[in-house]
Amino acid sequence: MAAPPPSAHSSAQPGAPARDYGRLIRWIDYRLPFVASLEHHVIDYPTPVNLNYWWNFGSLAGITLVIMIVTGIVLAMHYTPESSLAFDSVERIMRDVNYGWLIRYIHMNGGSMFFLIVYIHLFRGLYYGSYKYPRELLWILGVVILLLMIATAFMGYVLPWGQMSYWAATVITNLFSAIPIFGQDIVTLLWGGFTVGNPTLNRFFSLHYLLPFVIVAVVGLHLLALHQHGSNNPLGIDKRGPQDTIPFHPYYTIKDMFGLCVFLLAFAILVFYLPNMLSSADNYIPANPMVTPNHIVPEWYLLPYYAILRSITFDFLGIPSKLLGVVLSMGSIMLLFLVPWLDTSPVRSARFRPIWRWFAMLLPFDLIALGYVGSQPPAGFVVTLGQIATAYYYIHFLILLPLIGKLETPRPLPISIGAAVLAERR
Amino acid sequence: MTDLAQSPGDSEHGGGTRRDFLLLSAGALGAVGAAAAIWPFVDSLNPARDTLALSTTEVDLAPVQVGQRLTIAWRGKPVFIDHRPPEEIKAAQDVDVSTLRDPQKDSDRVKKPEWLVVVGVCTHLGCIPLGNKPGDDRGPYQGWFCPCHGSVYDTSARIRQGPAPLNLAVPPYEFTSDTAIKIG
Amino acid sequence: MPRATLLALAAALVLGFAGIARAQEEAPSPPRQQWSFNGVFGTYDRAALQRGFQVYKEVCASCHPVKHLYFRDLSEIGYSEDEVKGIAAQVQVTDGPNDGGEMFQRPGRPADPIPGPFPNDQASRAANNGALPPDLSLITKARDGGADYVYAILNGFKDAPTGFKVLDGMYYNEYFTGHQIKMPPPLSPDQVKYADGTPTSVPQMAHDVVTFLSWAAEPTLEERHRIGFKVILFLIVATGVFYAAKRKIWSRVH
Repeated sequence: MAAPPPSAHSSAQPGAPARDYGRLIRWIDYRLPFVASLEHHVIDYPTPVNLNYWWNFGSLAGITLVIMIVTGIVLAMHYTPESSLAFDSVERIMRDVNYGWLIRYIHMNGGSMFFLIVYIHLFRGLYYGSYKYPRELLWILGVVILLLMIATAFMGYVLPWGQMSYWAATVITNLFSAIPIFGQDIVTLLWGGFTVGNPTLNRFFSLHYLLPFVIVAVVGLHLLALHQHGSNNPLGIDKRGPQDTIPFHPYYTIKDMFGLCVFLLAFAILVFYLPNMLSSADNYIPANPMVTPNHIVPEWYLLPYYAILRSITFDFLGIPSKLLGVVLSMGSIMLLFLVPWLDTSPVRSARFRPIWRWFAMLLPFDLIALGYVGSQPPAGFVVTLGQIATAYYYIHFLILLPLIGKLETPRPLPISIGAAVLAERR
Repeated sequence: MTDLAQSPGDSEHGGGTRRDFLLLSAGALGAVGAAAAIWPFVDSLNPARDTLALSTTEVDLAPVQVGQRLTIAWRGKPVFIDHRPPEEIKAAQDVDVSTLRDPQKDSDRVKKPEWLVVVGVCTHLGCIPLGNKPGDDRGPYQGWFCPCHGSVYDTSARIRQGPAPLNLAVPPYEFTSDTAIKIG
Repeated sequence: MPRATLLALAAALVLGFAGIARAQEEAPSPPRQQWSFNGVFGTYDRAALQRGFQVYKEVCASCHPVKHLYFRDLSEIGYSEDEVKGIAAQVQVTDGPNDGGEMFQRPGRPADPIPGPFPNDQASRAANNGALPPDLSLITKARDGGADYVYAILNGFKDAPTGFKVLDGMYYNEYFTGHQIKMPPPLSPDQVKYADGTPTSVPQMAHDVVTFLSWAAEPTLEERHRIGFKVILFLIVATGVFYAAKRKIWSRVH
């Protein structure tokens, strides 16, 4: 059989499968090289030999995305997106649909797990410098995924039409009124009415169904970008030769499967024994436009942004506090886009950055503090803590990240990944 | 995940048995787990408990006079109940079943000859045949007549003329007393 | 691996805060009770469920609906199919419109939802001085503190402390926010006669009705615990096996 023409793909896609799977596979693959692709990207893919367990979270995020989509599609078969019927349709799922309670609790808690995993995945990137050259676009795509996830989760939370659904929707959509001149018109456009109501619910359902597939597409781009240059590693140094890498299969397939088991164990404990721990009791009360809950709180994964929003209690330079709060809150995520260019260090991994590593480890605690602030009523000491934590967040990225990179002396890097791994063994 | 057999180093057989057993059990656990995990999703598509609760209907037959026909809803479909007068019963029983498109004896379609209970959905393409309301056209056999494509049913609701292939279906039912039935 | 423990601690803190995202109310936290359905192996005490249903029917149902419960659900708390039919048939249910275009009353059937005391919210308010007695189908999930809280409310009616001004039409309650609740104390000793002879003190009736309401809010709890136990056992085994497999495969590299 004539050899297939060499691929023009810059990521050097192979022409034919490296192994013999039989005539049928050969016939299909010559026309649509899915097996050759699988071999190249999953089986034989050269992966740094020294990845630690922080590298499990990417595959976990992908699997959680699939879990969310599958449970979501099944829930959508039983859910009614109409304001007088939505709450009852969810109760019907919980009580009458076979295993409906299970699918609902998986979807509900899966959302929380998805954010926990993605936040850990993000912090891995920050600590090990995975966003640095040549992976800037990979990082940017990741932040886009985070934004899409936030939008999806926010709209999804509205769908059960509980008290928290309704009032969180009201508060967050009202934020757009902070935009000068057009703000209120934009809010009316989003609502489709004069308050959050049935038109809002219906369009949120439509978009909540759509966005996860947009996320899938961006994840596809994220993986394509990843495979251009391969994974980063804890040492932050480039791979130089075959002694630095091992094939993804079986080493990282089995390691990812082990990681999946650990994750599923934690997830199962949540779903089967603590299914309502992470959510607000108020959402088991049907939405009532006439009664505001005592404490409107978003889900835990949005608490830091909520805290930043509420910490701006004063006008500044003529900008009203409400607008400033919105800008700084959204800005906290937008800032992430700039990280590859804010970081001035010649070295990727914080392992070799003796001063920066402390700040890199401090950031998660800053965000936990912000999360705590977001969960409490905005009074007294809590407000001050929120302001300090917000200030630190911005100082961390806008001042410390560029400054420390320039000022600190990095530790000497190992010659190669392979050499470092050998050294560890002795 | 099932491709663990392709791993490099598989060609070494010495010392491989324990590893292979481990990988085999890992693969088996994974397969069992995946199958068990899929079942709730598939089962969620089955009728839910509220749908199943409506799957039986009890009907009080006492108000239905001889010669009267009653239509009730069961599982979202109409069910015809005919309190057959003697001439309808005789007409039904006198038929030579070998001439029928869907041969069935009248005695096989009823539990008590004076009560005929059939699902009122034409077996051709699903219209509701006429004949259960007073004044309806009952067709040439005085049974039922489907206006959509002209299927004709006799007094045992068996197909006699027209395109329908089968007799009107008899739903599962039982007499809970002399004057009441439970359908489904 | 200190860094891993550090971040495990961080994750635990985050999830813990989510659990206490509701801030302190002005009323004290309800004391913890022993419930048969608490814990990994918790189940609903059938006898308590039936007594609780009796309390609901005879006391609470005059003001509070349970719209998400159907008569057929009662077969789960130990009633036979015939008993359920009997309970349903005792109640008149609105049906229709009939062929004349009118709504009519008929005896209930198992497939019917348990009808509430009022046809709509406005009628409820009119009968209760403007207050709306909430639906109780989800009450133990819709309040922080859950079953403990509802139990505390039912037992928490007492005389106001000196100096505390209770407004007209309100009643002092130890555990309700602001200490003033529109509901009059619903339970009094020996208000209900239990068929199984259990003494009918207020705490006993409160315990039974809260057990019933917990079941009403979460009828699938027992199935969830049962399946969960098997799933987690399976996953523990699978984690062990996959860890061993991972170590074996990686032994070629290490």
